[in-house]
Amino acid sequence: MSYSANQLKNGLKVIIDGDPCAMQQVEFVKPGKGQAFTRVKMRNLLTGRVWERTFKSNESLEAADVVERDMEYLYTDGEMFHFMVPVTFEQYAVELSAVGDSVKWLKDNTQCIITLWNDRAIVVTPPNFVELEVAETDPGLKGDTAQGGSKPATLSTGAVVRVPLFIEQGEILKIDTRTGDYVSRA
Amino acid sequence: MQDNQWQPSASIETLKLRAAVFAKIRQFFAERAVLEVDVPVLSKKAVSDPFIDAMDVSYRHYPEDVSQQYYLQSSPEYAMKRLLAAGSGCIYQMGKVFRNGEAGRRHNPEFTMLEWYRVAFDERGLMDEVAALISAVTDIKTFRRISYQQAFKDYLAVDINGASDRELAEIMRRQVEVSGDYDRDGWLNLLMSHCIEPQLQGAVFIYNYPASQAALARVKEDRHGNAVAARFELFIDGVELANGYHELTDSREQQRRFEKDQSQRKALNFPVRPLETRLVSALEHGLPDCAGVALGVDRLLMLALTKSSISEVLPFDFARA
Repeated sequence: MSYSANQLKNGLKVIIDGDPCAMQQVEFVKPGKGQAFTRVKMRNLLTGRVWERTFKSNESLEAADVVERDMEYLYTDGEMFHFMVPVTFEQYAVELSAVGDSVKWLKDNTQCIITLWNDRAIVVTPPNFVELEVAETDPGLKGDTAQGGSKPATLSTGAVVRVPLFIEQGEILKIDTRTGDYVSRA
Repeated sequence: MQDNQWQPSASIETLKLRAAVFAKIRQFFAERAVLEVDVPVLSKKAVSDPFIDAMDVSYRHYPEDVSQQYYLQSSPEYAMKRLLAAGSGCIYQMGKVFRNGEAGRRHNPEFTMLEWYRVAFDERGLMDEVAALISAVTDIKTFRRISYQQAFKDYLAVDINGASDRELAEIMRRQVEVSGDYDRDGWLNLLMSHCIEPQLQGAVFIYNYPASQAALARVKEDRHGNAVAARFELFIDGVELANGYHELTDSREQQRRFEKDQSQRKALNFPVRPLETRLVSALEHGLPDCAGVALGVDRLLMLALTKSSISEVLPFDFARA
């Protein structure tokens, strides 16, 4: 399946220079006299690079077979990360390069969105919020719940986040994975 | 389809302002004794410009008859010039025109075009009148004028008269990644639309287009002795709003340009449609010395009402048509 450049829309995925790319901004450009262009801002789903390119409106682009599926994180064998589709029990082994930075939010049974390209996992998106246990941090300062100030805390997954001074080892915290910020006690 | 698809894409309040602008435009021409005309939207002939694709319509004498091909007009230009040649004097038309494939934030395949012709005007005189019209319906009072060549010097530091096609391509590719290859006018259009237009603040007339982009304008010499088209465009905050010519009146030159467009269509493998030979006949009979301009009324409304999308000023945009 293919599209002509002037059929591109935000969110559509096509193959550019061999890689699957998602359209982020599409502008139809037509000088009063002269041929039409399609100016696109897009993201390479493999590398994360965001850039702009202008196409002839009648240029043909191959559609990328990209789908997103909800999956549950199971475990890592040290090399691959294993996920399962809860309804069908299908399992996918995902390379670290596809897991990327999300690795620091993964604990067993975390519900993630896996982007598949030709049935191969290329991106792992963790939930916006995760709840993780504090594995290590300096002792909490009693009664210091109102004061500002923060300290680093290492979570059970290995992620390091800034937390308020009153947080103790062993507490469960709610973290925003998009910013990496502490939100609250869970 | 979503449930709200029955609803208009513009607010009722905007449509009232739209009607008020229509009224102001008609008043503007009434005060100047320019005659309103409404030439056919449907014609047996289609625009020759290779990069404007007319919409096909089937006409039948009776329901089971073999259909005849007609075309929705992409501009009233040909018919209005036939009126001028027949002695109409100064005329204007405000009505719907149609263009295949032109859909986007600033484009709707069916849109409202205001086109007018002034006998004994040249493009400079017509630029004055365009400015007067814009001032009558918006708060814009100042207009800059800059030649096409000067715009490339000022905004891209390149003299297009000296630059090769390759140099133009290199300047373009430095700014934005471009796939495919283009001819000289293609690169000029890319540079103009991607690199110069976004830098044009306020109301700016660009005049003296390259002779290769004359369309239906006459070709003349600029003060440096270069052949240029007696053509201008008006941009407001980088948006192309109007396109005008000191009109070509030479019937043989008109015929040559039609044939050139037609052979370019063949070379590009685009549809080849019947040419408007009646325009050539009208020019043979005699088109008075005149200047004409086409202005996108929906875009004018976008500017006047500070809307960022054309759908916000249309009763129903293409998606709801």
